[in-house]
Amino acid sequence: MSNEVQRWIKVTKVAKTTLVDAINLALAYEMAADPDVVLLGEDIGVNGGVFRATDGLQKTFGSQRVIDTPLSETLIAGMAIGMAAERLKPVAEIQFMGFIYSVIDQIINHATRLRNRTRGRLSCPMVLRAPFGSGIHAPEHHSESTEALFAHIPGLRVVIPSSPGRGYGLLLAAIRDPDPVIFLEPKRIYRLHKQDIEDDGQALPLDTCFLLREGQDVTLVSWGAMIHETITAAEQLAAMGMQSEVIDVATLKPLDMQTILDSVAKTGRCVIIHEAARTCGIGAEIAAQLAEKGLMSLFAPVERVTGFDTVMPLFQLEKEYMPNVDRIVAAAKRTLEN
Amino acid sequence: MSHLKPRLLKPDQEEVAPQTEPVKTYRVRGIPYFQVLNNDGQPVVELPDWAQRKNPLVALYKVMLKTRLFDQKAVALQRRGQLGTYASSLGQEAIGAAIGCSMQTDDVLFPAYREYAAQFSRGVSMTEILLYWGGNEQGMNFQHQDKDFPICVPIASHVPHAAGTAYAMKYRGQRRVAVCVFGDGATSKGDFYEALNAAGSMDLPLVFVINNNQWAISFSRKHQSKALTLAHKSVAAGIPGEQVDGNDVIALRQRIGRALENARDGRGPTLIEALTYRLCDHTTADNADRYRDSEEVKKQWVNDPLVRLRKHMQLLGFWSDQEEKDLNSRYLVEVEQATRAYLQTPPQPISSMFDYLYKSLPDALNEQRSAAMDQGHQSG
Repeated sequence: MSNEVQRWIKVTKVAKTTLVDAINLALAYEMAADPDVVLLGEDIGVNGGVFRATDGLQKTFGSQRVIDTPLSETLIAGMAIGMAAERLKPVAEIQFMGFIYSVIDQIINHATRLRNRTRGRLSCPMVLRAPFGSGIHAPEHHSESTEALFAHIPGLRVVIPSSPGRGYGLLLAAIRDPDPVIFLEPKRIYRLHKQDIEDDGQALPLDTCFLLREGQDVTLVSWGAMIHETITAAEQLAAMGMQSEVIDVATLKPLDMQTILDSVAKTGRCVIIHEAARTCGIGAEIAAQLAEKGLMSLFAPVERVTGFDTVMPLFQLEKEYMPNVDRIVAAAKRTLEN
Repeated sequence: MSHLKPRLLKPDQEEVAPQTEPVKTYRVRGIPYFQVLNNDGQPVVELPDWAQRKNPLVALYKVMLKTRLFDQKAVALQRRGQLGTYASSLGQEAIGAAIGCSMQTDDVLFPAYREYAAQFSRGVSMTEILLYWGGNEQGMNFQHQDKDFPICVPIASHVPHAAGTAYAMKYRGQRRVAVCVFGDGATSKGDFYEALNAAGSMDLPLVFVINNNQWAISFSRKHQSKALTLAHKSVAAGIPGEQVDGNDVIALRQRIGRALENARDGRGPTLIEALTYRLCDHTTADNADRYRDSEEVKKQWVNDPLVRLRKHMQLLGFWSDQEEKDLNSRYLVEVEQATRAYLQTPPQPISSMFDYLYKSLPDALNEQRSAAMDQGHQSG
């Protein structure tokens, strides 16, 4: 970054920042630093996004850089690919994950293979942001967690923040990454917790887990909003005399399995917690790799605490669908019985 | 044309200036239809100035003939087991030739899989097209064309890319244009509608060309849509649309050229429906006799775009039998050379599966890469 740019980007500590504000700060920082960064999506400009993630950005950076698109999800993803091939750095928003499925065609057939099929002649440095997950009493189709669908796609990065600080740092990293990234924002915690963050443009590393709590009795692995239930469970377990190691996976693909294996080598027990349905969830992949590479470390079968293999219920039953602290504590205790 | 940056012309090409008055024959419910030559090569309207000169006509004819001869060779290679499934462009060469000769060097082409003539005009080699259908990714790593997208197989999914690239050109204030080509079947896809609509609402420098060859594998144009013309789909997007005789390379060059100049000058997108006929099977894996009357195909040969242009050039005294013979011989040699180069190109190394997946390979994939390499050594 040039000195000139550095001078006019004010590095400030932003007190009591929510996740959604951290997303906004990261977008603003990178747009100021890099004129190639453009945003596109539905209602992101004048309206500032339905969750206000892009609030004020069109006013600051203009309607050519914060683009309100027609109501066309396939177009949004496809345009981002065409922009990225021209060396812009598009950050596209899909309003809710429930509307992302027509975009999978663009992701599988184009975004993730443009570099490979042209042997690097063209590439696709784009970010596709989408709010996801349950817990805000949203209408039908607004509460699913289908990150595993994306983690199956070769050539993609799937990133999920679990706090304002990681939202800020991981989004900056995603925008600067030379390859396509799906950045899924757990909307239940958009405004749930506040943190003081430095708006200094510092990215966090991708492709690596974050160790949030150290312990020697059991490893709790999760990501996104469920990190908060997981931490609460770890605190309850600690009160009962059991020390949990808590890992925030953060980048689901490519998966940093080494951090998880190292932890399980120490604890011998592992509980994987995710909101998404159980079958073929990311938990299945982690459990499979533990079986392949960490079996001799395990004192107990791996436990998974997940959503059910059912259609996401409408919101009167959403709490019954979601994993909760009690289920996590019970699973951890089961592993400790061995 | 003085306001345009200089265009790199091949020695036998010359700049074709758009006409002030379009060549127009009639309208179909508000959609204009354009044709210049009849099947005997005689003009049915006043000839554009450029079409009365030898060089621009020969430039178009050359790429059409080269494509025709390449196509014959590619089908033969597939039949001999030396090429994978191949999609022929037989009978549709005029569309690609007109596109290729209308575009400027730094424009960007988004082709489907019957636009070899356009790709050849823009620096893609015959060897690269053979490598692509022969199962080697190097066929998409164009050595002399750094911006154009490779062939798009999933129908219409490339149309939104053209909108994104056109947006980038406009955003940067460049006088460049994106050109997207697709078939009649593609106009039934949502991707096409979404991009067409956005091109209108965002006023993008984008030219859409439909290669309407009447058949989407086994599904005929008549069944594809009740729309009177496919160009009518422009009406809903609020952009200009027109039909052009897709076997008349002069009309195509005239109209596609005009659409490009409009886009370049900030006058927005155009949808052009080029009416032609698929004289070949869908691909070498298809047998069109299962669904299409062979009599219908035979009748369509009278519209052969190469014959039409050749007759026109002969009428004007621009083309001798000797020139025809010499050009055929020259391209047959080039096709053979390209074939040899293709057949002699080694497969991509096993590591290449991993090496272009990301800019740098994530640690999580190192183990799989090593396993693939070991397996290759054991079997190889």
